[in-house]
Amino acid sequence: MSLWRIVPFLAAALVLAPVGVIMSSLFAPVGEVWQHLIETTLSLLLINTFWLATGVVTGTLLLGVSLAWFTAVYEFPGRRFFSWALLLPMAMPAYVMAFVVLGVFDFTGPLQTSLRAWLHSDLAWFPDIRNTVGVVIVMTLAFYPYVYLLTRNAFLSQGKRSLEVAQSLGFNRTQGFFKVALPLARPWIAGGMMLVLMETLADFGTVAVFNYNTFTTAIYKAWFSMFSLTAASQLASLLIIIVFVVIVLEQQFRMRMRYAETKRSERAQRIQLRSRHGWMVTGFALSVLFLAFVLPVAQLIFWAMRSLMAREFDLARYLEFLWHSISLSGLAALLISAVVIAIVYAARRYPHFSTRYAVRIATIGYALPGTVLAIGVYVPMTWLDGQLSDFLLHGFNLESGHLIQGTLVIMLMAYLIRFMAVSHYPIDSAMQRITHSIDEAAMSLGLHGWAMIRKIHIPILKPGIYTAAILIFVDVMKEMPITLMTRPFGWDTLAVRIYELTSEGQWEHAAVPAGTLVLAGLIPIYLLMRQTEQ
Amino acid sequence: MTIPLLQLKNIRHAYGEQVVVHDLSLLLEKGGIGCLLGLSGCGKTTALRCIAGFEPISDGEILINGICVSSTDFCVPAEKRRVGMVFQDYALFPHLNVTANIGFGLHRLNRSEREKRVEELLQVVHLADSGHKYPHELSGGQQQRVALARALAPRPELLLLDEPFSNLDVSLREQLSMEVRGILKDQGITSILVTHDQTEAFAIADVIGVMHEGKIQQWDTAFNLYHCPANRFVADFIGQGVFLPGKVINSQQVEIELGILNGRIPRQCHKGCDQCDQGCIVDVLLRPDDIVHDDASPLFATILHKAFRGAEILYTLCLASGAQVLALVPSHHNHLIGEKIGIKVEADHVVAFAPLKE
Repeated sequence: MSLWRIVPFLAAALVLAPVGVIMSSLFAPVGEVWQHLIETTLSLLLINTFWLATGVVTGTLLLGVSLAWFTAVYEFPGRRFFSWALLLPMAMPAYVMAFVVLGVFDFTGPLQTSLRAWLHSDLAWFPDIRNTVGVVIVMTLAFYPYVYLLTRNAFLSQGKRSLEVAQSLGFNRTQGFFKVALPLARPWIAGGMMLVLMETLADFGTVAVFNYNTFTTAIYKAWFSMFSLTAASQLASLLIIIVFVVIVLEQQFRMRMRYAETKRSERAQRIQLRSRHGWMVTGFALSVLFLAFVLPVAQLIFWAMRSLMAREFDLARYLEFLWHSISLSGLAALLISAVVIAIVYAARRYPHFSTRYAVRIATIGYALPGTVLAIGVYVPMTWLDGQLSDFLLHGFNLESGHLIQGTLVIMLMAYLIRFMAVSHYPIDSAMQRITHSIDEAAMSLGLHGWAMIRKIHIPILKPGIYTAAILIFVDVMKEMPITLMTRPFGWDTLAVRIYELTSEGQWEHAAVPAGTLVLAGLIPIYLLMRQTEQ
Repeated sequence: MTIPLLQLKNIRHAYGEQVVVHDLSLLLEKGGIGCLLGLSGCGKTTALRCIAGFEPISDGEILINGICVSSTDFCVPAEKRRVGMVFQDYALFPHLNVTANIGFGLHRLNRSEREKRVEELLQVVHLADSGHKYPHELSGGQQQRVALARALAPRPELLLLDEPFSNLDVSLREQLSMEVRGILKDQGITSILVTHDQTEAFAIADVIGVMHEGKIQQWDTAFNLYHCPANRFVADFIGQGVFLPGKVINSQQVEIELGILNGRIPRQCHKGCDQCDQGCIVDVLLRPDDIVHDDASPLFATILHKAFRGAEILYTLCLASGAQVLALVPSHHNHLIGEKIGIKVEADHVVAFAPLKE
């Protein structure tokens, strides 16, 4: 039984180990590649990362907070529809949005082609969007739902009330928004902002499509083009330091969110906007939705149809990628949910502050960028692999070869570290519903041991476990850098295929796998909507 | 004649099809404390929100100091009404300390005036030492007083309090409601509160409106609501009591099972006549304090049930006809259930209504 007790600590160690491995590379001797990187690209990486983070955070704040405010407090034409539809962009991985936008704006893309035909001009003035502004716009459209979702919850619970307080103290609505509603929602807004920041720092696919140099692409190149795992680790350690600052800030905001929490006001009467203002808000929401979802999806459907119609479409290969994606995601979902159930169970049985800390560390992995994790897991595991085969060779004279490399173990471990947090929330909140008095009531009715788990715990936990498994399934399916960097030979998934096709500019062919991912991505959005809509 | 501070003239409010406030009228003098009392869903909070300017009205008029602030197509914005509000959940700003919360509405004053006013209010609500604390560091009662101080700070014409004590322990409510009444009277501030708790309403208000189905059933003092209820609903809602059938003898007398009661027989009888005369049947209201225990009385009743109340015992008694009445008896008259005790009626006036239709 005491074995249970160490599960959360093992999980925490699992998260800390890759961080430790990568940070220790800072003390490794500086290699030639690293020297080269410092001289050529490091300052560029820092500048790019800074502008990217600043731009995306500003953009998502403007879009997310304003849309949250309008849909939570006001009544305008289509308000009901927009309050859930504005979450839809979450279904689309940012890298899919990226290649669709590039495809649309490309020289050979539909926009420029039709403009050229219409204006009879060579469009020399047409801006190239493969720059900071382009990446920032794409990521803003892809990530604003995080800010929108969190802030909207805050505004739903206290938005209208805070306006009323302000009005009863002699402020008008505009003053009320800036002086009361906004400061009150600050912890939630900041929480959403931190999520966006983490996603931005972790992003690999979008910047890769745009050929925009950031730490994640540099790590990938250092490993796969310059073949220097040390340089890659050293770059990763810098990224970890940046991410660590974000994690600390995020935990701070989350704590403040807890104590500022208020009850949702029972009467959800909204403020009716005058018809002209109402239609202006509708127009704003519609244009965001159009740019962030309708347009890219329409373009994807168009390309996918053409690609499916084409003679060279290889159904067998597509099915193979699909099967790899599904089996891998399914496996990860099973493994990660099982581990998280064990963690949550142990934390419940042994409610000690050290256990709580261990759980918090174990669920911090979502902040670690996939590229960093790939290296952080790969390096120690290959070392272990070498030790193991040496041991077998010298001890037992067995020619074992690699036992770990070439299997799914490294990839699954990286997934586990990154996605434990995603599944922790639903399973933990289901577990919170099993109070100790429920256990005691069951015992007083003669249930104990397995009978209690089977008849009481599992039925209560089931919805939470399903939600967790679905979330992991879809997240793993969309995941790009870990899969790309640690997959065994022959394990190409849809995401990997999208990377390969888009790096060659074959947008049209990437549309079928991308569309598949968007369809899968709609499932968790549907679950989320069911939870948030009252 | 002075202009009343607040006047509601036949106001009406509807959420879509559902009419929540219906033909509601009231008058409140300057410095008075009014109360809207009723069960949840009776429209009392909505009426309050209409006065505050948070809800429009679809009919009628709201006047503050004789100036119209709401009518059918007109609504002065809430922030321009000089109406303060204490919210049910207090709605204190968690990111500001007590001083900043109270000073929040004083944006038109300069810094030293503002500090002076906040200091003054901290004294008024007995929180002089807590100015630096944050809302989550205060007890429920303290939070409530901060909310009151914050609303009082800009010196509103009218203060609205929405269920101000409902989040507090029952033991605290009575003390705090007396305290709040003291503060409101000291500051001379006209106010209206909303509550579902009659003891709270009695403790704090000068005038109380009993609300039911969006209407004020009676706008009166606590004494009159109890002793001269305007209709059957008010009689049922306020205090305890039972109805016994009575036969009208003449315009001054009515006969019930316990004898003849003297008093003006008002209202209507089963026939619906204006001036009831001999032979009309009415329901007579008997409060527990109208029935007096008297060993010398020739009238006896059997004890069905008893509830110990400390100073008194509330007996439920069964009369010879099988009808039941309540009697409030000093608690040293401790009798057993099933025992027969002597009773008599001591009512100095008669409250009677038309019997309910079968």
